[in-house]
Amino acid sequence: MTPENRFEPEIVAFCCHYCAYAAADLAGVMRLQYPTNIRIIEIPCSGTIDVLHLLKAFEQGADGVLVAGCLKGGCHFIEGNIRAERRVERAKNILDKVGLGKDRLEMFFMSSSEGARFAQVAREMTERVNKLGPSPIKGV
Amino acid sequence: MIVAKQKPLEEIKEMIEDYKKVLVLGCGTCTAICLAGGDKEVAVLTSSLRLADKVSGNKRTFKEHTVERQCEWEFIEELKEQVKEVDAILSLGCGVGVQTTSERFPEIPVLPGLDTLFMGMPQQERVWVEQCSGCGNCILDQTGGICPITRCTKGLLNGPCGGTNDGKCEVDPEKDCAWTLIYQRLEKQGKLDLMRQYYPPRNFQAVVRPGKVTME
Repeated sequence: MTPENRFEPEIVAFCCHYCAYAAADLAGVMRLQYPTNIRIIEIPCSGTIDVLHLLKAFEQGADGVLVAGCLKGGCHFIEGNIRAERRVERAKNILDKVGLGKDRLEMFFMSSSEGARFAQVAREMTERVNKLGPSPIKGV
Repeated sequence: MIVAKQKPLEEIKEMIEDYKKVLVLGCGTCTAICLAGGDKEVAVLTSSLRLADKVSGNKRTFKEHTVERQCEWEFIEELKEQVKEVDAILSLGCGVGVQTTSERFPEIPVLPGLDTLFMGMPQQERVWVEQCSGCGNCILDQTGGICPITRCTKGLLNGPCGGTNDGKCEVDPEKDCAWTLIYQRLEKQGKLDLMRQYYPPRNFQAVVRPGKVTME
């Protein structure tokens, strides 16, 4: 690939208002650099995420999706992040069965004070999706 | 309620292989409650099938719809316009829903997206247990409201058998011994004398299959 048409993955990040979204904000305040491939969607709690939201993101062309919720035991709504983890697991199974592969989706846990961790997660996910290549349904 | 579970995606994909326009039809009653065929399950399944089609390059269109109940003429009547635009209906209703829909729209293939399992109740989150076999000869008044026909693995009328073990069944140690449960329930109700009652062999033809009831 020439530098002009190098693959730049589009990664949708569903971020909990109480942790990952604030961590992303902190990463900005700390002037930490992370790949620009991440498209953040703020959600009130990771527990509001549904399997359908994750599948729809892929249907609309996302190359990767991540869900970021509070540390286990630290959810403002007690067990929203645990529910989210279960749903992500279910969506991963579906992605495997439809041929997209479960590695394009991942769940992360972090606290609002972990700006550096958010930047790290963003790098990790971008690197992973870069290796996987563009979503096979892109542009279909 | 009727408990069902979704068929494996591979099987559903094979089933709809020959059809280009498919209506995924949910049911808002039993199968919605057991998280197998309600509005949400219709949306997730359709999205999964669309993704699978895109990956394999299939051109197929899907419609989504959920009726209140697939097992009654009145509720499926609203489909009459939509079915004109599709080649097949993928039903997420129970076996009764599939057959009622197929009988109302005999010109369209109605495919079962679920495996219908039993009549039961939600015991806890995401767990359903069988409670009734619909045998047509109810003896729940004698057994403390616990059905031995359904819940005893051997379906014994005069239990417990010798295989009861600390309240569990010898056939499947995960399962409770229904006759132990019956004993404990009757003890609470002060009706343990019912345990001494002998039940003659059941009439297995109380309901002659296929069952039919005509109200007089």
